[in-house]
Amino acid sequence: MTHPPIIAARNLTKRFPIRSGNVLTGRPPASLHAVEDISLEFHAGEAVGLVGESGCGKSTLSRLLCRLIDASSGQILIDGQEVSGISSAAFARSPLRRDIQMVFQDPTDSLNPRFSVFDLIADPLRQLDPPGSRAALRRQVEATAASVNLSPELLSRFPHQLSAGQKARVGIARAMIVEPRLLVLDEPTSALDVSVQATVLQLLNRIRRDQGVALLFVSHDLDVVRLLCSRIIVMYLGQIVESGDTASLFQAPAHPYTKALLSAILSPRGREHRDRIRLDGDPQSPIDPTGLKCRLYGRCPAQQGICGQSEPELRPFSDGRQVRCHLADPEQIPSATPQKGPPDA
Amino acid sequence: MTQDAALLSVDALTVDFRTRAGPLKAVQNVSLEIAAGEILGIVGESGSGKSVTALAIMGLLGKAARLRSGTVRFEGRDVLSMRPRERDAWRGRAAAIVFQNPRSSLNPIRTVGQQIADVIARHNALPAHEIRDRVLDAMRQLRIPDPETRMRAYPFELSGGLCQRIGIAAALACRPRLLIADEPTTDLDVTTQAEIMDMIRQIARARHLGTMLITHDLALAAAYCDRIAVMHAGHLIETAPVAELFARPRHPYTVGLLGSAPSMVDHVDDLCAIPGTLPDLRRTDLPPCRFAERCARRQAACDAPGLDLAPVGPCHAVACRNPF
Repeated sequence: MTHPPIIAARNLTKRFPIRSGNVLTGRPPASLHAVEDISLEFHAGEAVGLVGESGCGKSTLSRLLCRLIDASSGQILIDGQEVSGISSAAFARSPLRRDIQMVFQDPTDSLNPRFSVFDLIADPLRQLDPPGSRAALRRQVEATAASVNLSPELLSRFPHQLSAGQKARVGIARAMIVEPRLLVLDEPTSALDVSVQATVLQLLNRIRRDQGVALLFVSHDLDVVRLLCSRIIVMYLGQIVESGDTASLFQAPAHPYTKALLSAILSPRGREHRDRIRLDGDPQSPIDPTGLKCRLYGRCPAQQGICGQSEPELRPFSDGRQVRCHLADPEQIPSATPQKGPPDA
Repeated sequence: MTQDAALLSVDALTVDFRTRAGPLKAVQNVSLEIAAGEILGIVGESGSGKSVTALAIMGLLGKAARLRSGTVRFEGRDVLSMRPRERDAWRGRAAAIVFQNPRSSLNPIRTVGQQIADVIARHNALPAHEIRDRVLDAMRQLRIPDPETRMRAYPFELSGGLCQRIGIAAALACRPRLLIADEPTTDLDVTTQAEIMDMIRQIARARHLGTMLITHDLALAAAYCDRIAVMHAGHLIETAPVAELFARPRHPYTVGLLGSAPSMVDHVDDLCAIPGTLPDLRRTDLPPCRFAERCARRQAACDAPGLDLAPVGPCHAVACRNPF
């Protein structure tokens, strides 16, 4: 893509202090490394999937990008302009708040039960860019509601009178009314039934395509990510371990963790089971990792001596992918064949 | 599907819930069978009555529930007419259930080892050291690493996947013949889900268990079950062996479910949502087919009473007057 990214993150790091040091006993302070040195870019109209197991830092990263929490270090740029200098509290009142909006996982918990649907959708606009007149506000709310397929008679209802799918659409309408450029969606459909999920996914895809909004789709459902996103970022213990375009990553994952993740996908069609790759053992502690070994060391089925001696860096592959693994060869595009098990396996 | 070969046979099970707005017909006229060694998947969306069916079989329904009719036979014995004490002995020893959320189904203030021991001690008069050995055995069966240490841990000290393994270990500790797993991996990561499901299947096969896997995830049911029963709004609407159900779904709702599952399509525009929502099960004017109001294939005949599962092929039955 030749266009500059609309929003970019550079070396984003978030550490949560969990224990202060003690000068007398010499006990050092400890911190949990939730997000470590992550750089990424979003272009207009692009959908990016963020996957990884629970506790890998996906939610922390999405909160950092939304400026709901402050990074320990690193930058966030909107149109090349640094915004990480603005504290998260000040950012909430700044006009830049409109550019990045978030849709939360649980549509019930994230809606104020005492607000009508109209007020729920109008609220972000009232806070960030109050329209001149009540009529103008009404027009905008109705237009936004229509764009997410909420019928006008629902506007006077309260959250408890809505179905799960309607609540999910209210959540999306709230984010969309301020015309953001990046929509961060944290597991937006995991609380929905499949029949309802389908409409929400199609709605999100339409928003991306027609309005050029970039999507960051945080999910553990790899099938959903495959359908919606052109690019995927795989996280493990706070780091990006692999990123690249969806098709090539699904076809030939290069990082052992990505391979394990993809091998766990169940396919009801024809039972073309890949050989299951098991990650045995527990993940390493995210509290002050040594930095002297790969974070997957101890669970990795392919590990070798070097993996326990130094931490691999995220290296670019010739096909544009990035992989953090000592054993992956950056010159070579991994072939698809070893991943597929025999057809009758 | 002979009557006496079935390990569990449920016939015409009907369960209501008392609500202020009148009875909620949660499960109506559900009949199913599970043979020893078979894994039956119960698939449906939330509110379809999957869990209520499971709880009714286990005798764990709450006070608001009323069993209107139906029989549950386990190895020929009528479970519903058992006296409470008899039933308590049956549950845990002959039939066991695993719940969705491992953290909330385990007691937070007892160690996980004690909780498995509780189940064993409840059904067996054994000296303490033998109980301990059996706890360790049960944990090893589930491939819980370092069971001697882990048995002294409290649920909050273990990951979600390990907690669920403890729950399964406790359920299987007395070697039941029937295992009901109610969304056992819904809260877990995909890699953990695969591990746990592999383990459940392996144990079920090795011990020749009858297993009922309740899930909303078609892909999961397809991968691990022998046969699938689809539920919608308290009705069992279609049942068939897995390959048959995916190759030739007959009920419009089953077809809709398959069309809306992300794992079944290649492009997001290929997804087809099912229009409408579940009917309010408190209504007194529910149509005979509870899917009729959402169905594009509805005919006049659909509104005639007396709709029931009817065979449309070997081991394939569907409750629809205008099936595909």
